[in-house]
Amino acid sequence: MRIPCPFCGPRMLEEFVYLGDAALMRRPVEGATCDYVFLRDNPAGRHHELWRHEGGCGAWLVVERDVTTHEIFGAALAEARDAG
Amino acid sequence: MQADRLSAGGLVDRSAPLPFSFDGEVYEGFAGDTLASALLANGVRLMGRSFKYHRPRGPLSAGPEEPNALVTVGGGAKADPNLRATVQELYAGLSAASQNRVGSLRFDLMAVNDLLHRFLGAGFYYKTFMWPAAFWEKLYEPLIRRAAGLGALSGLPDPDEYEVAHAHCDLLVIGSGPAGLMAALTAGRAGKRVILAEEDFVLGGRLNAESFEVGRKPAALWAAEAAAELAALPNVRLMRRTAVFGVYDGAVYGALERNTDHLGAPPPGLPRMTMWKVHATRAILASGAIERPIAFGNNDRPGIMLAGAVRAYVNRYAVLPGRRAVVFTACDDGWRTARDLRAAGAEVTVVDARPGAARDEGFRTIRGGAVVDTVGRLRVSHVTIRHPGGTEDSASADLVAVSGGWSPTLHLTCHLGGKPIWRDDIAAFVPGVALPPGMHVAGAARGDYTTLACLRGGAAEAASALGVAAVEGPDAEDGAASVSPFWHVKGAKRAFLDQQNDVTVKDVELAHREGFRAAEHMKRYTTLGMATDQGKTANIPALGIMAELTGRTIPETGTTTFRPPWTPVPIAALAGRHKGEHFHPTRLTPSHDWAKANGADFVETGLWLRAQWFRRGAEKGWRDSVDREVTETRGGAGFCDVTTLGKIDVKGRDAGAFLDRLYRNTLSTLPVGRCRYGLMLREDGIVFDDGTAARLGEHHFLVTTTTAKAVQVFRQMEFARACLWPEMEVSLVSVTEQWAQYSVAGPKVREVLAQIVEPGFDLSNEGFPYMACGAATLRDGVPARLFRLSFSGELAWEIAVPARYGHGLAEALAGAGAVPYGVEALGVMRVEKGHPAGNELDGRTTAADLGLAALGAKKSTGFIGREMERREGLQAHDRPALVGLRPVDPTARLLAGAHLLEPGAAPKTETSLGWVSSVAFSPSLGSSIGLAFLKGGMARKGERLRMWDGLRGADVAVEVVNPVFIDPEGARLRG
Repeated sequence: MRIPCPFCGPRMLEEFVYLGDAALMRRPVEGATCDYVFLRDNPAGRHHELWRHEGGCGAWLVVERDVTTHEIFGAALAEARDAG
Repeated sequence: MQADRLSAGGLVDRSAPLPFSFDGEVYEGFAGDTLASALLANGVRLMGRSFKYHRPRGPLSAGPEEPNALVTVGGGAKADPNLRATVQELYAGLSAASQNRVGSLRFDLMAVNDLLHRFLGAGFYYKTFMWPAAFWEKLYEPLIRRAAGLGALSGLPDPDEYEVAHAHCDLLVIGSGPAGLMAALTAGRAGKRVILAEEDFVLGGRLNAESFEVGRKPAALWAAEAAAELAALPNVRLMRRTAVFGVYDGAVYGALERNTDHLGAPPPGLPRMTMWKVHATRAILASGAIERPIAFGNNDRPGIMLAGAVRAYVNRYAVLPGRRAVVFTACDDGWRTARDLRAAGAEVTVVDARPGAARDEGFRTIRGGAVVDTVGRLRVSHVTIRHPGGTEDSASADLVAVSGGWSPTLHLTCHLGGKPIWRDDIAAFVPGVALPPGMHVAGAARGDYTTLACLRGGAAEAASALGVAAVEGPDAEDGAASVSPFWHVKGAKRAFLDQQNDVTVKDVELAHREGFRAAEHMKRYTTLGMATDQGKTANIPALGIMAELTGRTIPETGTTTFRPPWTPVPIAALAGRHKGEHFHPTRLTPSHDWAKANGADFVETGLWLRAQWFRRGAEKGWRDSVDREVTETRGGAGFCDVTTLGKIDVKGRDAGAFLDRLYRNTLSTLPVGRCRYGLMLREDGIVFDDGTAARLGEHHFLVTTTTAKAVQVFRQMEFARACLWPEMEVSLVSVTEQWAQYSVAGPKVREVLAQIVEPGFDLSNEGFPYMACGAATLRDGVPARLFRLSFSGELAWEIAVPARYGHGLAEALAGAGAVPYGVEALGVMRVEKGHPAGNELDGRTTAADLGLAALGAKKSTGFIGREMERREGLQAHDRPALVGLRPVDPTARLLAGAHLLEPGAAPKTETSLGWVSSVAFSPSLGSSIGLAFLKGGMARKGERLRMWDGLRGADVAVEVVNPVFIDPEGARLRG
């Protein structure tokens, strides 16, 4: 599996670490809630996920991936984008 | 004397005789042989013993689907078991041995199992060896395991080297038969980057095994010419001896290239195998088809082979596997074998299971008949033939060629979850509609069985995959092959389906009677389709029989799921060079060599190697060294390498505010030139990590983390910066490796440091108070940072210098009279001071549990973990909290992991009051001491409890004490 890093181009999965759903970017302003920390939608299909290119440029990315096929539709720099 | 070698033909080089040995006997074969073909040429039919019944076996196939002819090649550490003789290329000096026998291959003492077959059917061990229960583990299982099996590992470290490599191409062609060659020619002539991977050592696939013509020349010659053209194209890479074994996400294919297994004396430096990760935008699967056997009585004797394999031996290897042959077929393909055998000089009888198969080619032919049984101890000698009317007669035969039709080799199409579909017209599964992204299937692998269809299909699929023009193919045979499904001869006594696992038709019937009818249940109950061949010849016939038994169709019965790898892949090849000390990178601190030269023993801490203690003179055990290091540090001065602590540089206008959001306590109020302890929580309110923060400038902090959590903390901080608060003006850099850092501690530390720093540098309490930090220049001009921090509880500084000066600083500190101490003494001193560390920050404890509730308690701004820390369960008053422990008897030992109980309470989960988290022997106190989490915490100070450890048989009376054992007022560190 390869992830198209906006800085480094398509790189192998081994270079990345996974954190969780991109919903983690939407931290409530008044502080974390149980829903924010523990509850996730888990659709069979496309997810927006947080990955860090730790073995490369170190950027946090939002990767769109279909969890049923592992197809990756793209990756965007997390800093530059709202949580999908 | 190659008695069964034909005098002409084949792809063997008669001018290159190769001596080799099998079970100690010396033979001769030719270049171009496999071990199996060379043994057959020498008249050897018996090559192994079966898994369970130890029945004599010879090769069933001439390729990678082989279930029987498994051998061990080489000796000593290089011995490699379970290699298929039908794949192993012959070389001069090859030494092979048969497996799974007691005594000789001809007289295997374990063959007695065969007489007991009535009791050893599918799942016998679930039923037969039930009582007494205690016997299973100690007696039955070891016995069964010894009797059943494959080859043995040498038990020695593998002396070979393996490589993992990446390759990239526009088109990966898997298989080099007619479809694969045409696909490669189409892509190659169009200028595309092509990799053609072929498991075999000769390109051409079936074309090398057939006697017909392609393009009005012998098929093998056409294949050789096509291969030569491809080899001349600079954009085409031919990879022989390379098996594509798996399809992975993102169009990555796993391929195993065997570089040296065909060489008697490999050149030095060449890895034995290369595990390729092939990145292929498109792939053509042209893997061909595998012939299916028919199950009949005693169909496993040496000399009984697949009909297509017989043609391969005759046409490619110029070996005549038998002189009186019976061809038993359920399809037209078997007749080709009959013709080729007759042309090679054999006498042939054809038994065609199909009643309507009207042909008269001059063979003795039995239409609508069947071979029902065979005779012959180590090689077939006679067969029993049943005629259409039911009469039976016996015929002399030293070769039985069997064809039950062909099944497309579609394994790779299923690796990403694809489901095959059944085609009645060819009685076979073909690849389903959902193929791995970018994969196309051509030739026999998709059910195109004529040579012309394969040639055209290969070109057409490559053309459509790449959007280029298909190349014109040669003329070839296009005879539609008729096949009728025929799985087994009814009423046969011991008819083997899976020869590798000794699974018979009766075992499948047993599975059916006992309810294991789904394909996956049948596989697990009978073991059909397991082990090295993964049922390549057995799966479809077994499904056919289960379908008959259940009255369902084959697609209703199911198909087994094919997963990677297609062919056995040594774990060593997957590991490549990541083995031994290279299993992971090792991080060394700048003064590692100095520590090593000064008697250090090292311990792995994550990837780091840290000095554990420094052995001096006559010290016998580690405790001697550690006790001395603690005593000398507390009595004089010591220094410890703390380079491995994570160091993160935080800069920017919002640096202080940013850290306030990450740490439980406030750091933005820290004055420039001061340090503060910092505690970091996880978002769920549990303690994550701790360290210190030093303010080096108005907009510049340096925070430290524990060694273990350095990576995770930096990741979390970067997440917060990039994903949570990208609007904050702050930047983070990990500088762990840029600075070598030493903690220098002890009452005489000022005398030591006075020799290190520039003359006149003020180290007094006024000039450099406790928790201050600042820049300094060392005597040799090296720029340094000083932090007045103390983990040991002594008067102490930490000195950081650019990494390249670490070695020199360690030398200078030792020269100035400080004794080096390792992480073990560091640990003893931190337990003596009651500082929580990894054992206490175990992912379950809160700040309050650690006695740190006051840290940041008055903070007005939010921070990570704040809300979730307030959850009821984390606030409960009876949560175990940090206390100190001392044994009532000072000679008794405390144990980390032990439970705490009321004196006299029965040791049960419900009565446990907590646990001991860290223990140490304190040379300062002359006693074992410990930190523990105890319900009620410090409110129980002075109570006597029981420390109980059932596992290690400890039961010690302990007293609850202040966790700060030494200098609780902190006078020393402010001294």
